[in-house]
Amino acid sequence: MARIVGGVTTSHIPAIGNAMSRHLEGTPYWKRFFDGYEPVKQWLAKVDPDVAVVIYNDHGLNFFLNQVPTFALGCADRYENADEGWGLQTLASFDGDAQFSWHVAESMIDQDFDLATCQEMLVDHGFIVPMALMWRHLPEWPVKAIPFAVNTVQHPLTSARRCYAAGKALRKAIESYPEDLKVIIFGTGGMSHQLQGERAGLINVDYDLQCMESVINDPDWLASQSNSEIIEKAGTEGIEIIMWLVMRGALHANVDVVHKHYHAPISNTGAGVLVLENSHD
Amino acid sequence: MSWKKHAYESIPGTYVFDGKTSHAAYALNKLLFSFNHEHNRQAFAADPSAYADKYGLNDEQKTALLNDDFLGMLRLGANIYYLAKLAVPRGFSVQDAGAAFQGISTAEFQASLDRKADGLIEKLKKRGYWNG
Repeated sequence: MARIVGGVTTSHIPAIGNAMSRHLEGTPYWKRFFDGYEPVKQWLAKVDPDVAVVIYNDHGLNFFLNQVPTFALGCADRYENADEGWGLQTLASFDGDAQFSWHVAESMIDQDFDLATCQEMLVDHGFIVPMALMWRHLPEWPVKAIPFAVNTVQHPLTSARRCYAAGKALRKAIESYPEDLKVIIFGTGGMSHQLQGERAGLINVDYDLQCMESVINDPDWLASQSNSEIIEKAGTEGIEIIMWLVMRGALHANVDVVHKHYHAPISNTGAGVLVLENSHD
Repeated sequence: MSWKKHAYESIPGTYVFDGKTSHAAYALNKLLFSFNHEHNRQAFAADPSAYADKYGLNDEQKTALLNDDFLGMLRLGANIYYLAKLAVPRGFSVQDAGAAFQGISTAEFQASLDRKADGLIEKLKKRGYWNG
């Protein structure tokens, strides 16, 4: 049977992608941020996952405002990256696993999560930046990747609570897949940032650290907050933090912390990294 | 007919992109979305006014677009991620945009971001975070 070997959280902002393509990792501005990913990469090499489910939001590459699915799952054998107008280097395509995806879709829909299924899906920085952060040192992507898109762009958005529940359904879906696959879940986005309006530049370090502790030990704390409350504290784009709860919901009630790292500012953003493994329930 | 009120509408300096906004600014965002393609970015650069007309922008939207008025476009309903497709290829960073929204210089905006790191390492050490 497939099993979940752990969960990782990471920011996915384009500035990180640009820093990687320009090889700025060792520069004073970026060094501490990137050094904090080395333990993640070592852990990933050790657990050696077969599949990565990447929870992210599309920022206007695959989905325009004509059609905005609240939850959308890639169900293809291949995903392409493309120009999204942000000047980011386009990365190599990603192998998917359509059979696994369709199983997840069917299982989640059976559990009343009516997600949209996508057989062609361009993946944007929200997806490619985490993949590059983990595995750009390898000649090719070492996992099959499954894009799991959550609308965090056009309100009404789903809630933190619903994201947490989606994660629990995702766990059931994965653990009922008959093949022996090791699956990693990436919860991406956040942390606090607001790109727009007179309140642009908001970074709320204390709230970010509360969110990280909550995701580890008390997911209900974050899950019980309304989107307006989260926006007020973390900024309009900081609402992406709700996607971390999809990852968290897919893990056991109790988790062990392998690694936790936080840095601010990265561009306009507070950046948090967690590596979590299941404790025994 | 009326639009529902939301708690997030009372957060100062904040424009939450919702159905009301997205409906009002559909043409503007559709134009901005077109900048995913280089040939569209070039067509816009060659004749911005004609490009705005092609997408059916109203006068207010068109004026804000042609004047690089980021705050104006935001207030008219441009989505920030779509606005970036206009701004970034033409050399504006998100810090430039943030500074423009606040009416300060980019250096001032950057300095206020950098101050977020004050005392951070001590705070993280106390809470068991990685620090190299």
